[in-house]
Amino acid sequence: MSNLLEVKNLSVEINEQEILRDLDLKIETGTLHVVMGPNGAGKSTLSNVLLGHPNFKVNTGQILFAGQDVTNLSPEERAILGLFMSWQQPPEIDGVALDQFLFLAYKNIFSARDKAWIAPSVFEFSEILKKQAESLKIKPELLKRSLNVGFSGGEKKKIEMLQLSLFNPKLAILDETDSGLDIDALKIVAENINMYHQNKGTVLLITHYPQILEFIKPDFVHVMVKGKIVTTGGEELINNIKQTGFSSFIK
Amino acid sequence: MAKQSTIQQAWESKNSAPYLKSSRRGLDEALVREISQNKNEPEWMLERRLQALELYKTMPKPAWGPDLSKLDLASITYYAKASETENTWDEVPEDIKDTFTKLGIPQAEQKFLAGVGAQYESTTIYHNLKQQFKDQGVIFEDMDVAVQQYPDLVKKYFMKAVPANLHKFAALHGAVWSGGTFLYIPAGVKIDLPLQAYFRMNAKGMGQFEHTLMIIEDGAQGHYIEGCSAPRYGVDSLHAGCVEIYVKSSARFRYSSVESWSKDAYNLNTKRAIVEADAHMEWVGGNFGSHVTMLYPCSVLVGEQASADHLGLAFANSGQIQDTGAKVIHLASNTSSNIVMKSLSRGGGQSIYRGEIDIKARAQNVKVSVNCDALLLDANSKSMTIPQMKIANNTATVAHEARCGKISETEIFYLRSRGLSKEEAETMIVNGFVEPITRELPLEYAVEMNRMLKLEMEGSVG
Repeated sequence: MSNLLEVKNLSVEINEQEILRDLDLKIETGTLHVVMGPNGAGKSTLSNVLLGHPNFKVNTGQILFAGQDVTNLSPEERAILGLFMSWQQPPEIDGVALDQFLFLAYKNIFSARDKAWIAPSVFEFSEILKKQAESLKIKPELLKRSLNVGFSGGEKKKIEMLQLSLFNPKLAILDETDSGLDIDALKIVAENINMYHQNKGTVLLITHYPQILEFIKPDFVHVMVKGKIVTTGGEELINNIKQTGFSSFIK
Repeated sequence: MAKQSTIQQAWESKNSAPYLKSSRRGLDEALVREISQNKNEPEWMLERRLQALELYKTMPKPAWGPDLSKLDLASITYYAKASETENTWDEVPEDIKDTFTKLGIPQAEQKFLAGVGAQYESTTIYHNLKQQFKDQGVIFEDMDVAVQQYPDLVKKYFMKAVPANLHKFAALHGAVWSGGTFLYIPAGVKIDLPLQAYFRMNAKGMGQFEHTLMIIEDGAQGHYIEGCSAPRYGVDSLHAGCVEIYVKSSARFRYSSVESWSKDAYNLNTKRAIVEADAHMEWVGGNFGSHVTMLYPCSVLVGEQASADHLGLAFANSGQIQDTGAKVIHLASNTSSNIVMKSLSRGGGQSIYRGEIDIKARAQNVKVSVNCDALLLDANSKSMTIPQMKIANNTATVAHEARCGKISETEIFYLRSRGLSKEEAETMIVNGFVEPITRELPLEYAVEMNRMLKLEMEGSVG
């Protein structure tokens, strides 16, 4: 199988501080990876850099995605290629109606992916949206409200999951997707991730809190410390971490 | 490199106005007499003009607020007469229609809206009023016509809410005012559809001094909306309009305006409403364009339980100062006011909220809420909040909230990570920011306001 994502020798800084150092990571199409690590290891930086956050400066290295060097591409270009991140704390934006934002994003992404694509009407799109929301048990009235404004932690995460289904990305990066969720919401989110994975979706789950791993079975587990992947293994690493924490990986 | 949009072209373009050849610059008694004579005004109006002129001569420019020292009052053309008054849309000159079309202004007549008055230079060229309003006794007229046809009403109310001695530009207005809109809604008559007018000024160095006078009798209801647009030109241009609104007992009125004067104009507008017992006044305003804007719609709450809402939006772009706000004078008990102002600044533009709440000693149990939000679209733009509260008793409840912030990089990044371009993301955030104002406007105006925002945002990639 080919690599969907290949991060080579990546060093990244922000405000003249190096956060990632010579980081390497390979993710094959269709696999499910977990990156774990203590606070401050650079996990969030990794996801932001993969997504193309303009504030981070890539000093050395390369990010290859779907056979293309994306190191210098804009966030929107990466989204169109099929990179997606479920945010740990998605922003609340006043006055931006969720359904209107999703409609514009949906049209942008699919029309750029396929020139022959014909955009749905507002009505057709609202039907698509309603169906997706229903399967995630999202209250339909949320779709008309301002993006994330006054939403509960669980509702915000579900809206992220909704976008995962809607935009059908090649790689889903899930940044601390399990934080701030009650057990019912966690199950729905995990179910959704599993479904995406079963449909040949590739997953990179970033977490320091392994509760969600009771519901999701990873193919690979990476341990990240001080801006580097220090160990890669299978599921058994999770038990190690549960028992002894990250201390054994910090040398 | 800025893209030329059709709106921008319209803004940049100007139509020739050959009839201005005979107009002259500067102001003296002879000109005031000429204006009055041209309009065939009654003697009392000429007298008022001359009194205002005397006040104008003695009053200084305001010493507070934005710098007006570059405004050369001697080089302004104070009066120009356009072509004859037009009655139907067909008779409106093609070049004016072209500009309207470029700005995407809806041809209101074709739509459900009630009536249109468009002011071209200083003379109204187009006026249409639906028969049903006539039957109800509603008067919706050109101000010059109202002086002739409804002298008693005009005499009673003209420049009583905004007296000529209020400030220098009110005095100037009183001397040279020309055109504008007169609206009278009789007691108990309720008009659901907004009445509207479109103003523009189009000649180099020319000022515009339209007078809007509205009388909403007991228990009556209405909504008036006007938009102003102006092509840009090189010489400083002056707009000193005046709006006076009388909202009688238990009446409700809303005055909405979207203004986008040319980027070298001084927009020094005075707007005031006198609100009686149990009556409600709403101001909804969007301010774009102008070099300097000074505009603080004022509500004077004279009767018990009178209330006022002030909703405003100002966009200060490169080279612009938007000094806007609100003023509410509480003269009676149980009156309330609610002020929501939003401002946007980019390209070095300056937005200033200047507000005054004045609660007199005899006005008990007054409630006031002030909410100002400023959004800075880049690092070199500025915003300021200058609230003033005079509270002469201890029964008032006053809440003031002000926020100022830069457009959030996180929000932009989030939207971009979902496939929106940087410009789309910024426009969406800005439209969301102003949504509390735009949702109060009729659809066409909301659409037009969003178009203006988009135009202002063009080329904002930093």
